Amino acid sequence: MSFIPGQPVTAVVQRVEIQKLCQGDHLILGFSIGGGMDQDPVQNPYSEDKTDKGIYVTRVTPKGPAEKAGLMMGDKIMQVNGWDMTMVTHDQARKRLTKKKEDVVRLLVTRKSLEEAVKHSMCGYPKQ
Amino acid sequence: MDTESTYSGYSYYSGRSKGSHRHGERTRDRDRHKSRNKDSRSEKSVTINAPPAEPLLGDSTARGEDTQDDNWGETTTAVTGTSEHSLSQEDIVRITKDLEDSVGLDCRRYLALSLAAGLGLLVFLTPLAFLALPHLLWPEKLQACGTACEGLFISVAFKLLILLLAVWALFCRAPRAGLPRVFAFRALLAVLVLLFVLSYWLFYGVRILDSQDENYQGIVQYAVSLVDALLFIHYLAIVLLELRQLQPCFTLCATRSTDGETRHYNLGQLSIQRAALAVLENYYRDFPIHNPSLLTASKSRAAKHLAGLKVYNVDGEFPEAPAEGPGNNAPAGMAHSQSRAMIAAAARRRDASHNELYYEEAEHERRVRKRKARLVVAVEEAFTHIKRMQEEEQKKAPGDVMDPREAAQAIFPSMARALQKYLRTTKQQHCHSMESIQKHLAFCVTNNMTPKAFLESYLSAGPTLQYGRERWLARQWTLVSEASVTSGLREGSVFVLRSLDFSLVVSVKRLPFIQLGEEYVDPKSHKFVLRLQSETSV
Repeated sequence: MSFIPGQPVTAVVQRVEIQKLCQGDHLILGFSIGGGMDQDPVQNPYSEDKTDKGIYVTRVTPKGPAEKAGLMMGDKIMQVNGWDMTMVTHDQARKRLTKKKEDVVRLLVTRKSLEEAVKHSMCGYPKQ
Repeated sequence: MDTESTYSGYSYYSGRSKGSHRHGERTRDRDRHKSRNKDSRSEKSVTINAPPAEPLLGDSTARGEDTQDDNWGETTTAVTGTSEHSLSQEDIVRITKDLEDSVGLDCRRYLALSLAAGLGLLVFLTPLAFLALPHLLWPEKLQACGTACEGLFISVAFKLLILLLAVWALFCRAPRAGLPRVFAFRALLAVLVLLFVLSYWLFYGVRILDSQDENYQGIVQYAVSLVDALLFIHYLAIVLLELRQLQPCFTLCATRSTDGETRHYNLGQLSIQRAALAVLENYYRDFPIHNPSLLTASKSRAAKHLAGLKVYNVDGEFPEAPAEGPGNNAPAGMAHSQSRAMIAAAARRRDASHNELYYEEAEHERRVRKRKARLVVAVEEAFTHIKRMQEEEQKKAPGDVMDPREAAQAIFPSMARALQKYLRTTKQQHCHSMESIQKHLAFCVTNNMTPKAFLESYLSAGPTLQYGRERWLARQWTLVSEASVTSGLREGSVFVLRSLDFSLVVSVKRLPFIQLGEEYVDPKSHKFVLRLQSETSV
């Protein structure tokens, strides 16, 4: 999840599709986000690199739609419905996630365990 | 018995003069020391000694000293390389110095004073003489004094007055100290003034008196130029004597040899004797009074260390008796191995003196606190018996009124016992006499001081000036220095100021050259941002 300034960001991502749940007159997804371009990256407990200003999942409500879809706490959200989330402010991120017209959000999230899983699976195959 | 005031380490035969007790021991590599085996109490004596590698000069001397009585054996004996009957160089110097002393420092001071007065008189009368002599010697030839000339008279008069006041301000002060050597800058200035005035007289005598010059205005201008130059010399005197040493450039570290009290002073460029004077003046104000009875504890501990082992002195090459004590592995008669044996023995001995020290100090602390508590209560109670009478009351009831001294005497008995016990416990009883305590009490009562203020001077040792004049010993200081005392202070120079019981060791360091940089801070540059980490639930 670390990035080199000036180089394209590469990450192993997982697709997560969350159906919004209707609660009263709100559509909720069942998780909380933290981080953003206008926030202090040092205080982010989930990021590896403390200069990373991306959007992170800070809480997942149990039995909510996000948990059902497989979102986990500490995930970094890379894309929401095709929109990039690595260089957005906190408010822009919130807006992209809470569009009233959409009832499905397709996220691309990355986490540390994904990278390790890929590494393990690659080590399994001998070099050819 | 007080072995602090030591007697110098000269043997009986190398000449003892009346001044010898003022000079401490001097180290010389040619000295051979012989010890007395009971010599454990004076710390200036050396207990472990080598027998001299070459035989002593004349066995008769050694034997002669052996028959001296025991009390004299407290001092070390130094047999110098000279024969019995000659005087060494140091003795000659010492005798001449004593002669000078006895003829009188007073004589020297009066001589200096009279020279200075004579010089001053010469300087003041010279311009007046320059002006008056033509009128006396050739009045008829002299041109009349015009307006400009008379204006110059006023100028001469006022400049002389200013010079008189300036000299009075700078020089006419009671001397505050007697320094060992003459004050170099003052001598220099005196010589300069003398040469200057003499050269003016010479010129005057040759060009004006001999030729009987008629131009009186020229003569008056000559006198004015003399007075101007004298004022400039006075300016030079101010700069050399007063201003030059104001800017601090050395720091002097003064340590008292008996108890290690240290203070630091910043001084400017001074000669060693003037720096010593400055240190002494600050000593009387800053250092707590020297109390020899506080040092007996460490001396008795040192004595106990030494008394534990007996060391037999070895004469000649073969030892007659071996050294006692564990760890006796010393081969015959070498001081080196003998001292090593001593140290090894002391280390091996199971010594409980540190334990004793700890408990003794704790016990002493407790005792002092107890006595202090009793004293404070007694004094507070005594002070409640006295009340200041107001003016109106004084007129109304002129009956049993007392002045401060009588009031102090009235309340003193109730606190005297507690105070005496406290002073005895803290070993201060010889610093305060009964009259001084009563005087201090009267002083406190007059100035409306609280009991705590009265007690403060007894609870902690104050500076030497706080006590009576008999403790000051201001006339007993000796300056001991390797460099000449009129030379200036230099980095690393050390000199010792010796009094009867103790000495002040002063070492000199130069103040560091401080390089100060600058950083400009724009007042508008103080800006802040809010750093948040908010969490939004979606």
